[in-house]
Amino acid sequence: MRLSGQNLRCVRGGREVFSGLGFAASSGEALAITGPNGSGKTSLLRVIAGLLVPSDGSITLDGGEAELTVAEQAHYLGHRDALKPGLSVLENLSFWRDFLGGESDDAGRCLASVGLDHATHLPAAYLSAGQRRRLSIARLLVARRPVWLLDEPTSALDTKGQDLFVTLMRDHLAGGGILIAATHTPLGIDVREMRMGAGS
Amino acid sequence: MTALSALIRRDIRIALRVGGGALIGVLFFLTVTVLMPFAVGPDLALLTRLGPAILWLGALLASLLTLDRLFMADHEDGSLDLIVMSRTPLELACAAKALAHWLAAGLPLIVATPVLGLLLNLDGTATLAVALTLLAGTPALTFTGMIGAALAVTLHRGGLLLAVLVLPLSIPVLIFGVAASQAAIMGPLSFGTPFSILCALSLVSFVVGPFAAAASLRHGLD
Repeated sequence: MRLSGQNLRCVRGGREVFSGLGFAASSGEALAITGPNGSGKTSLLRVIAGLLVPSDGSITLDGGEAELTVAEQAHYLGHRDALKPGLSVLENLSFWRDFLGGESDDAGRCLASVGLDHATHLPAAYLSAGQRRRLSIARLLVARRPVWLLDEPTSALDTKGQDLFVTLMRDHLAGGGILIAATHTPLGIDVREMRMGAGS
Repeated sequence: MTALSALIRRDIRIALRVGGGALIGVLFFLTVTVLMPFAVGPDLALLTRLGPAILWLGALLASLLTLDRLFMADHEDGSLDLIVMSRTPLELACAAKALAHWLAAGLPLIVATPVLGLLLNLDGTATLAVALTLLAGTPALTFTGMIGAALAVTLHRGGLLLAVLVLPLSIPVLIFGVAASQAAIMGPLSFGTPFSILCALSLVSFVVGPFAAAASLRHGLD
């Protein structure tokens, strides 16, 4: 499987964020997008996720399921956590499992693998920033998607949480997954770095 | 199907929890209806004549009250991104959200109608007629209102913009809803004619609403 983008151009609010941009990542490979604030890291991830329409260029996923778009085969972990404060931790996760078409997998087990199994019935409103992030990461596990698009995935995580997340990323890559992350801090796994902005 | 039923169950659950807003609509409906006799005066005949129109206006405003949160809440917390990306067609997801909104916020209004009918001096038949027209007509309000809710997300404006966009679209529903209720109460028209048109308006909105809302959401995300 190989995810690639050719000659991508993105314009937001009349300003060109990037142009002539290309990238590629194969199965088992992690691509880290780095660059100063405002260089278009998040925009690139959102273009890949199909949430922004590029004004030029195309994105292809070779070896994926032919009937599905790239977005439908990807998980997107953005700045916003997609959690409902009124629902409990387990209810939040179970909803995403059912909605994303996850296997009848035990949502509780996924919570355990991000270290949240002690808080299953706590409303999400009472979670700390790090716990919210952990719960969002658990969403990546409830439904299988070959492509993970991560935007600052380790922000707000403590060292133990970062270690847990490194293990999860390694498992994903070992299973033939593709990982693209916009980040400022080292992810703790072997990555190929792509630097954006400043004349890239 | 599991995806859609999960979405419906989640939205209803959120609406019924504390701060969800399902009860706010009913309370607002109650308030508007209770205020009317004070404004109009204790003329029972006049209240009976105005009753259906008051109930319909109250239900219209009450269903509009919580509608602007339909997509805005999901947009603010990022859920909408994931819904757009998912394998469920966005049109169906929109329809599911509107259905959930109607079940949580529209249906309680219809249940409350018999109680409020008493305040407006409506007899059993008249109350039943109004409740029946609301049952047929409020889905149209939700499904056309959904278009406005989607535009409000796209344009980053909530609240008043939604009312301005949606209220003109709901004029036909209001006209035929009140006409059918009036026909059942005092004639001379038959109840069936305006009621059929009301049902037709609802059916049209089931088709147009989800497509228009999905197109707006797809176009406007950034």
